[in-house]
Amino acid sequence: MPGVSIHGAALAYAGRTVFDDLDLSLPGGEWTALLGPSGVGKSSLLRLIAGLPAAGGTAAGSVRATDGASLAGRIAYMAQRDLLLPWLSVLDNVRLGARMRGKGRDADSRRVAMHLLDTMGLADRATDRPGSLSGGMRQRVALARTLFEDAPIVLMDEPFSALDAVTRFQLQEMAASLLSGRTVLLVTHDPMEALRLAGRIMILSGSPARLRSAGDPPALSIPRDPFQPEMAERAALLFQQLGSGSLEGAAS
Amino acid sequence: MKVLRPILTFLGLVVLWKVLVSLTGVPDFILPGPERVATVLIDRAGVILPHAVTTGMEIVIGMAVGTVFGGTSALVLTVSAPARRWVLPVLVVSQALPVFALAPLLVLWLGYGLVSKVAMAVLIIYFPVTAAFYDGLRRVDPGWLDLARVMGGSTRSVLRVIRVPAAMPAFGSGLRVAAAVAPIGAVVGEWVGSAGGLGYLMLHANGRMQTDLMFASLFVLALMALTLYALVDLIARRLAYWQPENGFA
Repeated sequence: MPGVSIHGAALAYAGRTVFDDLDLSLPGGEWTALLGPSGVGKSSLLRLIAGLPAAGGTAAGSVRATDGASLAGRIAYMAQRDLLLPWLSVLDNVRLGARMRGKGRDADSRRVAMHLLDTMGLADRATDRPGSLSGGMRQRVALARTLFEDAPIVLMDEPFSALDAVTRFQLQEMAASLLSGRTVLLVTHDPMEALRLAGRIMILSGSPARLRSAGDPPALSIPRDPFQPEMAERAALLFQQLGSGSLEGAAS
Repeated sequence: MKVLRPILTFLGLVVLWKVLVSLTGVPDFILPGPERVATVLIDRAGVILPHAVTTGMEIVIGMAVGTVFGGTSALVLTVSAPARRWVLPVLVVSQALPVFALAPLLVLWLGYGLVSKVAMAVLIIYFPVTAAFYDGLRRVDPGWLDLARVMGGSTRSVLRVIRVPAAMPAFGSGLRVAAAVAPIGAVVGEWVGSAGGLGYLMLHANGRMQTDLMFASLFVLALMALTLYALVDLIARRLAYWQPENGFA
C-alpha cells in the first residue's frame, strides 16, 4: 500500500492564515486520525490531499504518493454527508464511480456493488431510492460506495459524526474491518473515534494551526474496545490536549 | 372532494355571472349570459373547432420547439465558458424587448400562417425554459461535484449522471411557466395577423358585435390552456419523480 506525504501545505481564508508550511505523512496501509477543533482546517487539509479546491479559501502544498506514482484515480472520498443521489437506486449509488468513469451499468459493477451491499446488510434495499432509507442505512450505502472504488487511499471527513451513538459504533466497526490494510486519513473531532480506529493520531490546533502527534494509541486490536480502562485514560488525555490547543489558539 | 371542488368553483362563478347579467340587465352584445354562450358553443362548434385546432397546433409545436431550443441553450451555457460570457448577456438583454412588439415583424417576415405564431410562442417560452434549466444545472450540491471529481468523472459524465437529473425539478418549473405563457404568444400572433385560430375568431367576432362567440372562443381557449398546463405539470412531476413534495399542510 502506498503512503501519502504532504509538504508545505498552506491554507488562507480572506488573508487570514489558517495554517502554513505544514508537513504530514500518512504511512501506507495504516489509519491516521486527524483530530482538532472546528475551523482549524482539518477538512481543508483532507480536501487538499483529495485534489479538491478549498471551499472559499486558497490552499497550496505538494501531495505525493510514497511509491512515486500519481495519486489520480487511487483515492476514495467519504464525507460527513452521505451525498447519495436521490434519483438513483441504492445499487446505482454504490456503483456511481463506474458510471463516472464512463463504464455504464454493466454486470461486473453490479456484482461488486451487490456483494458490498450484502456485506452492509442492505442487499434487500438495492432497488430502493435513498429517500426511503434511515440515516444510518444511508451512511452504510455511502460506505459501500467508498469501498466500491477499491482505492488504496481512503480519505474520510467526519464520516460518522452525523449518526446516533449506536449506529456510529456499528459503522466504525464495519469500516475498520473493511478498510483495514488501506492507507486511511480519518478526519474527526471525536477523540474516542480516533482512539478506536486509528494506528496513529495527529492533532491539528492553534492559530496558525500546527500538527503534533498525540502519541501512540493503546496496544489493543482495532477496532479498539472503548470500554477498556486504558482507552478512557487516553481519551481523557486527548480531551486535555485538544482543550489546551484551542485555548492556545484563542489567546494568540 | 378533490375532483368536486373545481367543478363547484366553476358552477359558482357561472351562477355569479348569471346573477350579474340578470341584475344589471346589460345587453347581450356587452355581456352575454352563460346560457347564451353555452348555446353558441354548441351551435357553432363546427366553426370554433377548426380554429381551436389551429391554435392548439401553434401552441403545441411552439412548446416543443421552444423546449428543445431552451434546453439545448441551457446545456451549452453550462458546459461552455465562452457561451456564458458572450451569449448570456445577450439573452438577458433580449428579455427587455417586449415580445408583443415583435409580433408584427414576425408576421411580416414569416407570413400569416402557422410559422409566425409558432415563432411567437417559441420566443415567449424560450427564456423561462432556458433560465430555469440553466439555473438548475448550475445550482448542484457542491458535495456531489466533489465526489464526482475524486471518482475521476469527466465533464460529460458529470453532466449526464449528476447535473441534468439534479436540474429536472428546475426544468419542470420552467416548463410550467412555458405552458402558462405559450397560449399568450400564439393568440397575440393571431391578433396581429392571421387567417385562422381562436385569436382570429375572437377578433372577427368582436368586429361583428358577436360577443357571445367571443366568449365561447375564450372558453375553449381557457380549456385548452388548462389542459396543457395539467399535462405539462404531470410531465414535470414525472421528471422529478424522486423529489419529495413538502408543501404546507
